[in-house]
Amino acid sequence: MTGRKGHRLILGATIACIVLFSVAPFAWFALLALKSHLEITAVPPAIFPRHISLEAISAAVFKYGLLRFLKNSVLVAGITTAVCVAVGTLAAYPLARLPIKFKRTILLLILAAGMFPQISIAGPVWRILRALDWLNTYQGLILPYLALTLPITVWILSNFFGELPGELEEAAKIDGASLFQILCKIIVPLAVPGVFTAGILTFIYCWNEFFFALLIMTRSDFQTLPVGIALFPGEYTMPWGEIAAASIVTTMPLILLAVFFQKRIISGLTAGAVRG
Amino acid sequence: MRTPYYGADRVIGYLFFLPLLIVLLIFSFIPIAYSFFLSLYQIVLGLPRLGENFVGLANYEKLLEDPAALNSLEVTIIFVCFSTVLEVCVGLLMAVAINESFRGRGMVRAAILIPWALPTVVASQLWRFAFNDQYGIVNYVCFGPDIAHYKAWLADPFSALIAIMLADVWKTSSFAGLIILAGLQTIPDELYEAARVDGANAFQRFLFITLPLLKPSILLALIFRTMDAFRVFDLVFVMTQGGPADATNVLQFYGYKKLFDEGMVGIGSAVSVMVFILVLSVSIFYLNLVGTTLLKKKETLL
Repeated sequence: MTGRKGHRLILGATIACIVLFSVAPFAWFALLALKSHLEITAVPPAIFPRHISLEAISAAVFKYGLLRFLKNSVLVAGITTAVCVAVGTLAAYPLARLPIKFKRTILLLILAAGMFPQISIAGPVWRILRALDWLNTYQGLILPYLALTLPITVWILSNFFGELPGELEEAAKIDGASLFQILCKIIVPLAVPGVFTAGILTFIYCWNEFFFALLIMTRSDFQTLPVGIALFPGEYTMPWGEIAAASIVTTMPLILLAVFFQKRIISGLTAGAVRG
Repeated sequence: MRTPYYGADRVIGYLFFLPLLIVLLIFSFIPIAYSFFLSLYQIVLGLPRLGENFVGLANYEKLLEDPAALNSLEVTIIFVCFSTVLEVCVGLLMAVAINESFRGRGMVRAAILIPWALPTVVASQLWRFAFNDQYGIVNYVCFGPDIAHYKAWLADPFSALIAIMLADVWKTSSFAGLIILAGLQTIPDELYEAARVDGANAFQRFLFITLPLLKPSILLALIFRTMDAFRVFDLVFVMTQGGPADATNVLQFYGYKKLFDEGMVGIGSAVSVMVFILVLSVSIFYLNLVGTTLLKKKETLL
């Protein structure tokens, strides 16, 4: 049957194109980290390094303070994720399980907050942080990040909580458990996948965020990886090899997350959206 | 079926909201209101002696007469329209391909997640270098070793805007694809079987079954992408700084410059409010288009 064979052929070609489109540009860019400065600035460009050189990687670490940016990113994204999941769980539980008035309005308002364009809150957020003297501090970046990530977290978690069966909860109530105990001992253990999904998405968001990090962290001691990469200073020419090395460090954790947790990420991104 | 909750529990339930409420209030809702408030004043940080005078809507009037602001609006709308439509098309292609069964599907799915997982700043540096006039891969792919034809893509107003759109399409198509894929997987196989029995070919099946049933997910992908595209900043900041000749000076970058570079707090806040209103009206338009079906589905879950 030629039709069937032709179909497989077209499918194979399409998939090859899609994979090439998705992977090749980053692969080419990442290879810059292994090239010497001379090879990077070769005209016309060469795709593969002829001699593997570690000069860019060592310059990124020792000259440009890559590890400091890394530390700041880990701290900010890590703490934001932990707090966001905790606060989000607390808020999503009553939204999903308790008979609260104006539930839909509340949920819509929370979601709306997640849709605000960053520029429309940036000026005042900066002024508030300046008034508190929190510019160039970790909490100064973590708090706005919480406001940016909580809406989607609450949305994902309230979906998850809403689908859990009610019997265990009822039994615990009869046994006299408090609301907080029910949440910690019954709901959260059952909804671990949801909590995990929300956590991954929050982490990725904070790890990648640039706009607020640029505004709030003006001192290089506190800058996160995206700010570091965007502002990598060049003396005569741009230090492309160093930028590529820093990009690999920034991207590796995310690629690992994407490979190992792709199902969770996809379910989180499409949370409830297309569920029939 | 739920047992009634007693009064005390209900109060505690509201207490559970408190941390969320405080964070959102201070860092989302108050700032929006504060932006509006500031936009009614004339405040220039570089000229403190000017004072902070209430000027009403004068800042908005100035904006509407400012060619740079109008240009910025135009650039943003062009960027949003072209990149989101392209993203949804590429995403649709990805979704349809991945929905087929073949060996190594998991790997392919992980591969297309890579551009999405990349920090936008990294993607921006990547494409800035790819479009480089001498060392970039784009010139090499287009012209091979024939360096006489190499172009400075980011130095030309027209190609710079296209470069930024392409970078955005590369970065976010897979996101659109994943949302569409989720919708694709809810279409029952029986429909295709029935169509096949009736003699419909693959193209007809796509046109008359897949597309109509995918409409909600395609719209949803379009909504998410549009909201996000209005916020484009990182690509512009890294790749072009709004140039050349303001060709890529999108609204968020324009507002950022006004607020944080030029210290024009009043005008900058007016830009902020305008962007907010713009995004709000676009989302309301989209929500009406979807016919609130998505929200209704949500309600049954709660």
